[in-house]
Amino acid sequence: MLNSNYIALIPLLPIISFLIIGLAGRRYFPTFSGVLGTLSLLASFVLSVFTAYQYFFDAGKVNGVYQKITAMKFVWLQFAPNISIDMGILLDPISVMMIVIVTFISLMVHVYSMGYMKGEPRYAAYYAFLSLFTFSMLGLVLSTNIFQIYIFWELVGVSSFLLIGFYYEKPSAVAASKKAFIVTRFADLGFLIGILVLSYFAETLDFQTLIQRLTVQSSYLSSIISASFLGCSALTWGLLLVFAGGAGKSAMFPFHIWLPDAMEGPTPVSALIHAATMVVAGVYLVARLFPIFSNSCPEALDVVAYIGIFSSLLAAIIACTQTDIKRVLAYSTMSQIGFMMFALGVSGYGGEKGLGFMASMFHLFTHSIFKALLFLGAGAVIHYVHSNDMKDMGGLRKLMPITHITFLLACLAIAGIPPFAGFFSKEEILAACWNSNKIIFGAAVLTAGLTAFYMFRLYFNIFWNKEFKASNSNHIEHHGEAPGTMLLPLIILAALSVTAGFVPFSKLVTSDGAGLETEFHIGFAIGPVLLAVAAILFAWFMYCKESAVPQKIADALKGFYTAAYRKFYFDEIYLFITKKIIFNLIGRPAAWIDKNIFDGFMNLIATVTEDVSEGIRSFQSGKVQEYAIYFFAGTLGFVLLFIYLWT
Amino acid sequence: MNEIGLTHILVISTALFFIGVYGFLTRRNMITMLMAIELILNSVNINFVAFNKFLYFDKLDGQFFTIFIIAIAAAEAAVAIAIIINLYRNYKSIDVEDADLMKF
Repeated sequence: MLNSNYIALIPLLPIISFLIIGLAGRRYFPTFSGVLGTLSLLASFVLSVFTAYQYFFDAGKVNGVYQKITAMKFVWLQFAPNISIDMGILLDPISVMMIVIVTFISLMVHVYSMGYMKGEPRYAAYYAFLSLFTFSMLGLVLSTNIFQIYIFWELVGVSSFLLIGFYYEKPSAVAASKKAFIVTRFADLGFLIGILVLSYFAETLDFQTLIQRLTVQSSYLSSIISASFLGCSALTWGLLLVFAGGAGKSAMFPFHIWLPDAMEGPTPVSALIHAATMVVAGVYLVARLFPIFSNSCPEALDVVAYIGIFSSLLAAIIACTQTDIKRVLAYSTMSQIGFMMFALGVSGYGGEKGLGFMASMFHLFTHSIFKALLFLGAGAVIHYVHSNDMKDMGGLRKLMPITHITFLLACLAIAGIPPFAGFFSKEEILAACWNSNKIIFGAAVLTAGLTAFYMFRLYFNIFWNKEFKASNSNHIEHHGEAPGTMLLPLIILAALSVTAGFVPFSKLVTSDGAGLETEFHIGFAIGPVLLAVAAILFAWFMYCKESAVPQKIADALKGFYTAAYRKFYFDEIYLFITKKIIFNLIGRPAAWIDKNIFDGFMNLIATVTEDVSEGIRSFQSGKVQEYAIYFFAGTLGFVLLFIYLWT
Repeated sequence: MNEIGLTHILVISTALFFIGVYGFLTRRNMITMLMAIELILNSVNINFVAFNKFLYFDKLDGQFFTIFIIAIAAAEAAVAIAIIINLYRNYKSIDVEDADLMKF
């Protein structure tokens, strides 16, 4: 049976290492803090794997169905006899899968950072933040109730803020961290209102009770459906608002604008944000509430699907035009998260219809591996070239052989070429779309083709194209590839990118816990694969050698290209709305009222006080006899007053 | 020959009181001011004793108060003279107009 004590250690070890490194690390063991953080996470990872093993192969299954197990639960805040906020650990297939992914990717990032961040003045602080980030995400995935998930949700937000703004001397990093925090915070407002709506009607915060009350026909369900607001039922509103929070963290349209800017953080942090923590939180949240979405409110699920596919396509188009390699990867993340979202959106609950759910979780799993690999590889390239721009790169394949191979494997995986990991999960997603919604299927295939194109555009531009020109001539001799601590995670992740697709995922993680048989149609898979291969060949044709072709195509599509290069002006639109409309119409009048009316009133009181004191200050002359006269006159006055009053 | 009445005594004490106040307000020499304060205290003493004798002759409260006031006046005179000596050491003067640093 599962022993809850060591499961509790999985999230606790990172928070302990955060406290130790954060409080004492910088002063007493600045260089050792990396090792300490890594070791605590290694322990956490081993425990997660052990838990996963026990759960999937021993304790989790009852009659062939994986159960939801509340491994630990205690009351944290008791508001009233029947309202309390609990803390606890919920084990079910997705949370067990997530703890393995989170600890594994975080471990890889920890190891990698020992090389990447070496010599950084705030090395200990960096590791402390990494531990906090990992702790928040682990707490999030293990939450037993919707309020606990909200608490950890915000912790994820704040630790991402700390890490994105890690180089706080750079104004752009400060702006990026603020943007990420404010945008996700704004979306979280929706999440909070959604929580309140759902828990108000279901009269519980606990996930299992909530799901049970809102899926099975009951008085709770009928009351939440009959309550309507602006034409939609309260259930739809609640779920959509919760999804808005998820869209904020997962960088779905229209909250996607923070993600590309989040590249200002150190590259390993980007890997962590994009692969395992933070952006998948939104997908996880929808998956967690999936039975409610799917059984009681298919309209909300349609919204999830369409927002997912739209974000996915939008991001893929933008990614084709960007030249900053980290931004390309950022948009590819957004696109892949979109895949997971619309896969959830087209899915039904249980059995064969639950294919989309399983595909989405599968894609989350494989994506986290190859996306971490891509980011860490990009980090190695940036470490070598000292630039983010692909114009400064090219011809690196001979100089960085290991990075080159691993990056190529990751690109093949994300492009969906068999037998790499991305192929399997993407095929499942496409099959799920084919079964339910042909429009989404078409857009998804197009996006998959674009994915292959922009990833290989990136690959060829970094490793082939022109010869690498170092800024000074002895750069190449002085600068080896990358230290072993950076290469080791790349190699491990590359090996997993090749093999992760063979995990029998449909047996382990499904919407209702029962295993699912997925047959593999070669005829169905061949189309998307051929499209991906064609896209790769096209990228090869355009970018393998330095040529004028890309420029010509860009010129031919001038307006569209510029729009995509400028990210379809979303930043400008947001700036227009916030700066011009909100600041001018609301902010300035409010500021005027504050400055002139509230401050004016306070200033008036101060001025009157000052004037009066100025007038009477000559009374305090320092001459004793004058005081005596005032005193005497005052006494006399009182005497006369009393005489007058009493007679 | 009639006994001296309460009114006479009150007139004397009032006169003494205002002489003291006048002295306190007009003299610049601190010793003289201290003497003026003694006059005020003594006028009060006379009042106490007089009222005790004429209104409550079966009680001794007024006389007790008088004795208290005499004792406190002595203590107060000691403190006041100590202050005056310290001021003299600093200013080489016992003119009350010279000690006017404690102001706005």
